[in-house]
Amino acid sequence: MHLVVTDLSAIRGGEVIFSGLSFRINEGEALIITGHNGSGKSTLLRVIAGLLTPATGEVCLNGKPEGASPDFDDRKFYEHCHYLGHENAMKPALSVEENLRFWRAMDDEPHLEIPEALEMVGLPALAHVPFGHLSTGQKRRISIARLLVSWRPVWLLDEPTAGLDTGSERQFAELMKIHLEDGGIILAATHIPLGLKNTQSLVMNTATMVDETQ
Amino acid sequence: MIALFLRDVRLSWRAGGGALTGVMFFLAVVMVVPFGVGPDLNLLARIGPAMLWLGALLASLLGLDRLFQADREDGSLDILLMNGTPMAAIVFIKCAAHWVTTGLPLVIAAPLFGLFMNMPPLAIAATMATLVAGTPAITFVGAVGAAVTVALPRGGLLLAILVLPWTIPVLIFGVSAAYGAVEDPAPFTEPFIVLVAISLFFAVIGSLGAGAVLRHSDH
Repeated sequence: MHLVVTDLSAIRGGEVIFSGLSFRINEGEALIITGHNGSGKSTLLRVIAGLLTPATGEVCLNGKPEGASPDFDDRKFYEHCHYLGHENAMKPALSVEENLRFWRAMDDEPHLEIPEALEMVGLPALAHVPFGHLSTGQKRRISIARLLVSWRPVWLLDEPTAGLDTGSERQFAELMKIHLEDGGIILAATHIPLGLKNTQSLVMNTATMVDETQ
Repeated sequence: MIALFLRDVRLSWRAGGGALTGVMFFLAVVMVVPFGVGPDLNLLARIGPAMLWLGALLASLLGLDRLFQADREDGSLDILLMNGTPMAAIVFIKCAAHWVTTGLPLVIAAPLFGLFMNMPPLAIAATMATLVAGTPAITFVGAVGAAVTVALPRGGLLLAILVLPWTIPVLIFGVSAAYGAVEDPAPFTEPFIVLVAISLFFAVIGSLGAGAVLRHSDH
């Protein structure tokens, strides 16, 4: 399984955000997207997530992971992606468990049980606390737990570690490593070194685009 | 899908959900009518079905602006859009949950408010039946308005203006069916069937329309 982006461009409000972007990411690899504020990192991730229409180009997932469901190829690309945006996609009035149970039920392929996922993000005791009562960092960790309760091979992460302390950052890097070892693909816009092997990096720059492989 | 329905129902009963806002507004409208038109009991009984329908229509419009806006603000809408389920189905479920938590309480409160208007039992029953059949149409038309105004910070008023013209047929057939039940030459069945048809029609068109608008709203 590998993700291929060919000649991707995005135009918003008449302005070209990026153009002619092509890259390929294999199973078990991560792409770290960096660039100054406003360079189009979020736009790129939203285009890949299918939330914005690209001006040109396309994104596709070739091949099938082992043990994939029979209708794997019939799904749209974005159905293979978990997207962690700036917002946490959780309801403050519902408890942590209710929120996670909802997202788990909405997806076809459940992965970890909710207590297990909470254990993985280091917040096992908070299942019954309303999401609105949590601190910024805790909220972020719960929304990271959302990525774990159902299985989707591609993770699109937009500033995933915003609001996290250094310990939680390390923990999150560990979760990403596990996902890559399971044959996943990660695209992350972040400035924090995540200490991952098998990474490519993409430097977004409004004038020029540099794509280098480490 | 059941999970989405249950989540929305649960949310509307939790803090900030506003499940009872509509009923309180409905009560306010019906309560001030007798003060406005005077204590003529026959007149109140005559205009009762129309007043209940007006109250229910305006109350239904109240919470509609939050139908998708709340999900958009906290990022849930993005995740729902990335779900395999067609957006029209998601809109349909959200509308169903919205109607159960805001439309159904109006129907249940209608008999009590009918008493305020000195309506005979048959007229109350007929008004309840027309509200059950007609208020879903308001929710589904409103869904399109809610989808169009989802990105606007004060979209509520615009939504009401956009949606109100489309609800006029619902109001006309709802009130005429309710009158048909009590006033002899006027028919009940025919306008009632048209009312049901309008609801079914908008359930399809509204879900598809709002789904398409939401899918392309950021583009």
